[in-house]
This record gives sequence, structure tokens and C-alpha cells, in this order.
Amino acid sequence: MMDLAFFYFLVLGFAIFMYVLLDGFDLGIGILYPWFNQEGERDHLMRSISHVWDGNETWLVFGGVVLFAAFPTAYAGITSTFYLPIMLMLFALIFRGVAFEYRFKSDTSRPYWDFAFSAGSAIAAFCQGMLLGSIVQGVPVGVDSLSSLHWLTPFSILTGFSVMAGYALLAACYLFMKSRGRIQEHAAKLGKRLLLITILAMVIVSLWTVANQVDIRQRWFSGLNFLWLSPLPIITLVVALLAWKDLNSHATGTVHHESRPFWYAATLFLLGFAGLVVGLFPYLIPRQLTFMEAASPDSSLLFLLPGICIFVPLICAYTLWGYRVFAGKVEDYQEGY
Amino acid sequence: MDLDVAILSRIQFAFTVSFHIIFPSITIGLATLIAIWEGMWLKTHNPYYLQLAKFWIKPFAITFGMGVVSGIVLSYEFGTNFSKFSEITGAVLGPLMAYEVLTAFFMEAGFLGVMLFGWQRVGRKLHFFATVTVMIGTWISAFWIIVANSWMQTPTGYKIIDGKFEVESWMAVIFNPSMPYRLTHMVVASLITATFVVAGISAYYLLKKKNIPFAKKGLSMCMWFALVLTPLQAWIGDMHGLNVREHQPTKLAAMEGIWPAEEENVPLLLFAMPNMETESNDYQVGIPNLGSLILTHSWDGTVQGLKAVPPEDRPNVPLVFWSFRVMVGIGVGMMGIAALALLLRRKGRLYENKAFLSLVTLFTPMGVIAVLAGWYVVEIGRQPWIVYNLVRTSEIVSPLPAERVLFTLTMFVIIYSLLIGVYLYFMRKLIKKGPPSMEALEQQLIGMKAPGYALAWVKSLTTKEQQLKEQQANDQPSQAQGDK
Repeated sequence: MMDLAFFYFLVLGFAIFMYVLLDGFDLGIGILYPWFNQEGERDHLMRSISHVWDGNETWLVFGGVVLFAAFPTAYAGITSTFYLPIMLMLFALIFRGVAFEYRFKSDTSRPYWDFAFSAGSAIAAFCQGMLLGSIVQGVPVGVDSLSSLHWLTPFSILTGFSVMAGYALLAACYLFMKSRGRIQEHAAKLGKRLLLITILAMVIVSLWTVANQVDIRQRWFSGLNFLWLSPLPIITLVVALLAWKDLNSHATGTVHHESRPFWYAATLFLLGFAGLVVGLFPYLIPRQLTFMEAASPDSSLLFLLPGICIFVPLICAYTLWGYRVFAGKVEDYQEGY
Repeated sequence: MDLDVAILSRIQFAFTVSFHIIFPSITIGLATLIAIWEGMWLKTHNPYYLQLAKFWIKPFAITFGMGVVSGIVLSYEFGTNFSKFSEITGAVLGPLMAYEVLTAFFMEAGFLGVMLFGWQRVGRKLHFFATVTVMIGTWISAFWIIVANSWMQTPTGYKIIDGKFEVESWMAVIFNPSMPYRLTHMVVASLITATFVVAGISAYYLLKKKNIPFAKKGLSMCMWFALVLTPLQAWIGDMHGLNVREHQPTKLAAMEGIWPAEEENVPLLLFAMPNMETESNDYQVGIPNLGSLILTHSWDGTVQGLKAVPPEDRPNVPLVFWSFRVMVGIGVGMMGIAALALLLRRKGRLYENKAFLSLVTLFTPMGVIAVLAGWYVVEIGRQPWIVYNLVRTSEIVSPLPAERVLFTLTMFVIIYSLLIGVYLYFMRKLIKKGPPSMEALEQQLIGMKAPGYALAWVKSLTTKEQQLKEQQANDQPSQAQGDK
């Protein structure tokens, strides 16, 4: 049943996007960590996300189990083929996850937890970018795919750094929204730089992909396709300009929209993601396995359907509530426990 | 390198899952205790309940954090190390795990933030709601995981098409024959584990003469819980045993060290060294017929032994046999402690008997050890099958290069050893620091309530007690005294 499988393809896309957006900004906080080293700044950074990181990371587990439940063949293929980068990502996530708990309870060991948090965040983000790049490149077939280092290429390293830059941009915009004074000023400055780097990375990765991947090139440039798809890059540039304008308003002393840059950055991610899906659809593993081929039997897809339809909106609702409870600037609500 | 990737992957999974299970077995029970205390505080306004909740929420938070990070690893290991397993069972196990994430994980994570950091952001009742939600989340999470595991133990409701499982009836998959026993056994085990963690630390405080009223309250409550829970657990365990006998006779034979294909008048073995080479027990000491009585509830009931199946279909007998004895031994010890506590309470010496307090302190980690041992019985006892009698564990491993798995296994051993050390270090630190003082609780605007209520309450309690004392003119220990 094609439609049911397509529904799960959308759910998977939603899960991945939510993960990238939410854990994106809190991994980004870790990536920005080295640039905030004055008294109290790191406490502020940690506190801005300590109540939400766990929920954010749950989207990664959700993405994994949706793939497992709805597309088991793709789950088995992707996770075993990318054994080392996935394991490396998990090790990194372990370190940054426990750093939240231990950092605030430590005295002498605090620098180690700071390092674990920052390095863990950066490595996890890099691994995710590398995974993305290697999936776009395509996966070799058979036993070879398990033993080779096909996921370690110049292209995947570039996408690794690009994702790091993008996450850092999200984090800078998040901080811009959640802080005042010196930290906000610093976030605005970093945000502007990261905006430039992210846009540059998006352009290079797009051109590189189009140059090397025949299928994706044809998808974008055959017939009138490019005309239909041209809004994607155009809107991307417009949104980037708007984000720049709001971040720059801080320097000119007229900050009106402290939360807008974050939403612009999120939109940039959404647009990039859409561009990717346009290029790869309907493959889960490019040119090997489509989502229709990988789909679970109907009995499984139907069983999970009510769960998705009821709980995903509910989850979004209480997640939003959780964010609202801690709305406003960090220093206005933190007490610890 | 001639390392066996199947063995390495299995060691890695066993190691990571053993590490993980330590934490949920504490948090399921501890979340429940914290919710009880917070509820009691709302109802009675007795600040000692608030003190208990506010102290134990810290160990809870670091334990929960450890559970989260080690749990994410597991959800990916099915695919990374056992790709064929996830391919053939994905249609059954995938949706179960997806339901776990949808109905439990998100809920726990979503409300945990409010539970930990929201004391001053939301009202008292809303905070209590968050705590209860986290507690229910831990239970639901246990439910789905046990469903998935039980299905692998006693699979029902499936058909096999092209070598892959498909579900015929989800009701049969979820309510498979062993699920109810396994679920209640695990949830009660977790409650007991948390109960003894709290009791052990409370007893430690009493030995050190620190935080006396706080520790008395904790110890007293936990000993009541233990008195109810430990016999209950023995009863559930017995019923679970009957269920294992019916559905997994080979596992039961390994647990009891029974070798003949069929044995009547089974003795209960007190000591034995099961020998897989000679297919018999060395140094066997047992009580005649008691085994039959326990296993079949009849004096001379027949039990199927290990020789009923070929050697390649048997699990590692000594491991299962001894793990089972460790679990039961700790359970019996806990029951004894609960009974002893009742006896001492009658004599009014529950908080003073040093030997008893030391024993309870010693039992702080015993619940965790019993849970681990219990899981070894369940999981090793199922071998060599991954899905009982249907799929062999040896057939489902990803054909990875062995050195890669060796590398990640080494990393896991290093990282997890480091983490358990850090975890214990910070637990010790929290315990040394002790609960927040009444004055500190006083300073906090809990649930938007103005400060000043806690001490006033203690004072009123003290005056009441003093009046009572004067009336009765005896030296009944006052609960509020030690706070001054």
C-alpha cells in the first residue's frame, strides 16, 4: 500500500526535521561553548538548555524507531553500514548528556565536564553531518559496505563541518532570544558570522552534489524543473537577508525582534531539508532502496497509525507547554533543583 | 585477526544492556516514591515529605540522565550489530518500540524539565502533576520494553513470510503468555530496588547520627513498603516460575540444575556445580521433593530436564543456575530484613539497633544486583535462541569486521567504567551533603507559595508533641526534635 508507506515517509521526515531543529540548537550551544569563557557565561549557556535537551534528543530515538518500525530493511542497512560514525556519535552524545547532570554538581572537575559537553556536542554534530553527506553520496552494496571507509570522503567531511556551522547558527539565534547584555551582543556577532558561513556551506554543498550526482542533477535541471524548484534557493536567500537584518539590529541599538532570527534560521534548515528531499525522493538509501520497498507489512503500519496520529500532536502540544513554562530570558527563571 | 564478530557483538550488547538496566531499575521505583512523598506533602503539609522529595529528586535526576544516554545506545545497537535481527523482527518489535517512544519517552522528557526545574515556575498541583506524569512515563516505558522482550521469550500472534515475521494479531503479540508475569515481576523489583536504596541511605544517616528525623521518616516508610512488596514479589516470582515451566522448560531446567530428560521427586538444590561436560551436577546438596513442590505445586510432580533437548539447544547452565540463586538469595534476605524491621519496630528499637542499621546500609545496592541477576536468568536462559525456538542468536549478527566491534566494545568498557565511577562519586557527594535543611526549604518559593510555612508547621508539630508528652509523661521519640 503505497499511501501508507508515503505517510510514514512524511513522519520520518518530520522526526528528522524536529531532531535537527531542536537538538540542533542545543548541540550548537556546545559548539559555541569555546567562544563564551567569561565568568558566568557558560552557566548561562548550560541553563538555557538544561530543561529541554532530553526532550530534544528523544526525537533522535523517535527517528530511529520510526525507521525501525516502518522501514526495517532501511534501518538495518543504514545503521550497520554506518557502524563507526553512528557509534562515534553515540559516544559523543553520552559524554555531553551526562555533562548536564554532573557539571552543576561539580567543583574541581568542572573544566572536564565543560570539555566533555563541548567536544561531545561538536563531535555528535560532525558525525551527523558526515552521515548526511555519505547517504547523499550513495552507499556501496554488500559486505564491502560494512568494512570499507566509504563514509569518510572529502564531501562527507565538508557536510560534517557544514552541519556544525548550521547548528552553531541555530544556537547563536537561540541565545540571542534567551539572553541580555553582553551574552546577547556576543551571540548576535557570532550569529552574523555563522549565517555567512552556513549560506556559503549550503551553496558549496549544493553545487558539489549537483556536479557529482547525476540523478540529483537531472532531478533539478531537466525540463522546466528548475523553474518550479527555483523558489527554494530564492527564498533561502531572502530569509538569510532577513535574519541578517534582525541580528544586525543589535549593533545599531534597535532590537525589536529577539526571537525572529531563530525562526529564520529554522526556516533555512527547513529549506535545505526540502532541497535534499527533492533530490533524493523516493529513496531511503539512494539508488538502492525506495521507501516503498523498505516498508513494513500493512499489519505493522496500521497498528502504529493511531499511535502516531494521536501522540505526535499531543507530544508537540506538551513540548510547547514545557517551553512556555520556561519562556523569557534565562536569568528570569532558573533556580536549579 | 581471527576474532569472532558474533561473540564480540553479543558481549557488547550484554555489556551495554547490563549497564543500562541499572538505572531504570532504580528510577522506576524512585519516581514512584518521589510522587508518593510529594503527594503526601500536598495532603498533610508535613515538610518532611517535601524534604524527602526534594532530596531524592537529585539522585533521581543523575540516575535518569545515565539511563537516557545509555538507552539511546541500545535503540541503535539492534541495527548496528544485529542487522539481520532488525530486518526479520522489525515488523513486530519496531512498532512496539515506537509506541514506547510515543507514549513514554517523550512524556518523561517533556515533564522532567518541569519536575526538576519548575518548582518556582508552576503551581504546586501542576508540579505534582508533572512528577506523577514522569512516574507514569517510567511505568509505560517498562510496559513496552517488557512486551517486546516477552514476545522474544514466548512468541505468539505471528506468521513467518519469506523468513520475516509478520503480525497476525497484535493482541496476541502484546498479551503473549509470559508478559503479565514478567511485567509485574520487573515493576515490583524496581519498587523494591528503590525502596532499599532509600532505606539503606536513611540507615546510613542514622548510623552517622545525621539528618535524624529525615532518615527516620525514610527508613520507616521504606520498611513498611518492603514488608508488603517482598512477599508479594516472592508470590509473583513463583507464578512466573510456573509460567516458565510451561513455556520455556529448558530454561527452568537450567535454573534448577535438572539434567535427566524427565525427573520426578525433584530436590531443591541448595548447592551444586552444574557441569555441562558430564551433563550432571557436581557436589550436589539438596532437599528431597521440595523442588517438585515449588515448581509443580505437587509433592512428586514431574519436571522436564536439560537432556530433553540436544546439547546445542541448551543455555549456559552454570550461569543461569547461579544467577537464579543470587536473585532468590537477595530476595529472601530482603524479606528477612522487612520482617526484622517489624520486630524491632514493635520493640521501639527500629532506629537504634546498630547491627540492623548496618545490615540495611549493606543492602543499598542489593536490589540492583538482584535485578541484574534476574535478567541474566531471563536472557542467558533463553539462549541459544534470540526468538525462542525460532531464531538462533548466531544467525542474526551483522557481518562487520571484527576489529571494529572490538574497538567499540573497548570504548564502551572504558567509557562506562568511567561513568559508573563518576556516578558513584556524585551519588556519594549528594549523600554526604544530605537533604536541604528546613531553613533552605523555607527560603524557596515552592509552588508560588510565600515562605514561612514550613517552620511554622514544624513548630506546631513540636508543640503538639510536647503537649502529648506532658500528658502521657513518657519519653516517646519525637519526630520533629532532631531538626533543631
